[in-house]
Amino acid sequence: MINNLWLHPSLILILGALALPFFRGVLRKPYLLAIPTLAFAAVLFMPRGTFGVFQFLDWYVTFGRVDNLSLVFAYIMTLMCIIGTLYGLHVENEFEHMAAWLYVAGSLGVIFAADYLVLFLFWEVMAFSSVFLVWFRNRKQSLATGYRYLLVHTAGGLALLAGFVLRYQATGGDLSFGPVGVDSPTISTYLIMIGFILNAAVPPFHAWLPDAYGEATVSGAVFMCAFTTKTAVYALARGFAGMEILVPLGVCMALYGVVYAVLENDARRLLAYHIISQVGYMVAGVGIGTEMAINGACAHAFAHILYKGLLFMGTGSVLYMTGKSKFSELGGLYKKMPLAFLYTLIGGLSISAFPLFSGFVSKSMIVTAGFGEHIYWAAFLLMLASAGTFLHTGLKVPYFIWFGKNNCSQETWEKAADPPWNMQAAMIIASVLCIFIGSYTPYLYNMLPYPVHYEPYSAYHISETLQILLFTALGFFLFIKKLAPEPTISIDLDWFYRMGGRGFLWLAKKPIQWADNAVSEAYRYIGLFPLMTTARFWSWFDWHAIDGVVDGVAKVVHGVGGQVRKVQAGQLQYNIFYAVSIVALLVTLYVFSS
Amino acid sequence: MIVKLIDFFRDRLRAVVRLCYVGLALLVVWDVLLVDKHHAHTAVEHYPGFWSLFGFIACVLIIFVSKWYGHLGIMTREDYYDK
Repeated sequence: MINNLWLHPSLILILGALALPFFRGVLRKPYLLAIPTLAFAAVLFMPRGTFGVFQFLDWYVTFGRVDNLSLVFAYIMTLMCIIGTLYGLHVENEFEHMAAWLYVAGSLGVIFAADYLVLFLFWEVMAFSSVFLVWFRNRKQSLATGYRYLLVHTAGGLALLAGFVLRYQATGGDLSFGPVGVDSPTISTYLIMIGFILNAAVPPFHAWLPDAYGEATVSGAVFMCAFTTKTAVYALARGFAGMEILVPLGVCMALYGVVYAVLENDARRLLAYHIISQVGYMVAGVGIGTEMAINGACAHAFAHILYKGLLFMGTGSVLYMTGKSKFSELGGLYKKMPLAFLYTLIGGLSISAFPLFSGFVSKSMIVTAGFGEHIYWAAFLLMLASAGTFLHTGLKVPYFIWFGKNNCSQETWEKAADPPWNMQAAMIIASVLCIFIGSYTPYLYNMLPYPVHYEPYSAYHISETLQILLFTALGFFLFIKKLAPEPTISIDLDWFYRMGGRGFLWLAKKPIQWADNAVSEAYRYIGLFPLMTTARFWSWFDWHAIDGVVDGVAKVVHGVGGQVRKVQAGQLQYNIFYAVSIVALLVTLYVFSS
Repeated sequence: MIVKLIDFFRDRLRAVVRLCYVGLALLVVWDVLLVDKHHAHTAVEHYPGFWSLFGFIACVLIIFVSKWYGHLGIMTREDYYDK
């Protein structure tokens, strides 16, 4: 039952992270590349089956369920771990590398988990390690952002926990994680779903994502954009395929992200909103639930991890070199950072689903599945969102950073240059993969959980896509003045807990403290004053009445004692006389009475 | 090299823009005359240049609706949460 030869890739990353501080100097960089490569190799040569079953208290927990669905996610995640680590190879802070690896280990643990206990364990590992990727930014606001991130994820984790505990009770002790039964959802189904869709950043549980990813470190954001949401997509695909409510939720996400991306002035926050939009396609795909839709969700997650990583690497390199990520502080940089522009453009064309780029072969599967199931409104709205994707990520991001009005300060302009070799190498790998996936479809399609009966390169699909994208470009250049960056932030649903927290503080400071004072005052008059009066009365009573009685008794005793003292003159013969007289008297009385 | 290429096009911006318009027109012509619409999912897609119109309207809608929404008070000053 237990195959001891099976090596969990999370274990490689966890042990690798723990041993990292011992590898210093010239050993550091080779070691940083070796560990993720080992994890990738472990996934690459992993046999299918069930592994790593252990007894824990009354339960058997399973760490390794290896099938098509888990393998495709594990493959892309370990691959992204290599690329992300290469991108951050120059980072001196070893704890940042450790946090990133533990975070990936958490994702992989969830992906291979076959029961809720293991899943929950790794689910929490993800949240509690990735938060350090925010904190290590070391800005004034990083700490608060990290705590908000943790707070939201803890709430989601609790929903998940409550859900599977209820499920455990309802099913009579079933902890295994599989399809949850979407046809007859119960409260436990919804609780588990809330836990999952919070990590997938489905509105209204999405605001943590742009909040945290916009604030993460340069290489931390590259990791974060890949793992949390896509692990959630995996969990949804595993448990909630065909859950109908996910279709409208996914479509809402796709459009919501697009709307906020228009308003956003920070390049990385814009990309973060586009994660919400893209994950919307995947969530909708899971909701549609057919084999093709699930394939599409997995393919899109795969492609998304690479191109979104690439986009975060491109904008991250601008941030790394210039210290700026806002459009209103950048512009015209193509002369200074031409290569970073090229890589970002490739990411932008991939996410926009241009033919020959990765998005083209993955996104269309989901939309086609939607049309195939005659959910026309969803399919058309997803098409609309894809116009928005090109508008922002393909056009707005490259245009306002590398072209457009030059808003750079003198300092920014002088610092700008293409990034160090390791960052470029990571971007080259991701770029090549984006084009490779888009051009050679069997590479991705053969990895998907179900057999693929879909050919993206039909004349109709190419024509349809090019028309949408190029006419979107026309609209962009016609109305470019409308899109000029404005130095603002956009209020999102995190307002409720950010201002809610403040409201709580105000509540504590003002009404609660006032009430506390009022109660103290009232107590003083209503409670303390009568108490003192009663106490004073009892004190008086004690002094005069009780003590009077007691003193009286004492006085009587004293007086009697004095009289007795007079009688008792101290001579023995009188004492004997009185004693004998009394005894004689008593005996006489006794004799005559009986 | 990339910079030179970009500068080459920027120096001839007017010509590039004209070429782009020609490209768009050709795309629509191709769609109308040559593309096999067997794969179309719905009836509306058979209208000539349907997806061109769809793309353009989608873009305009997204820009204007979002900006309208943003200026309702959603977009606010950067130090909004600081004080």
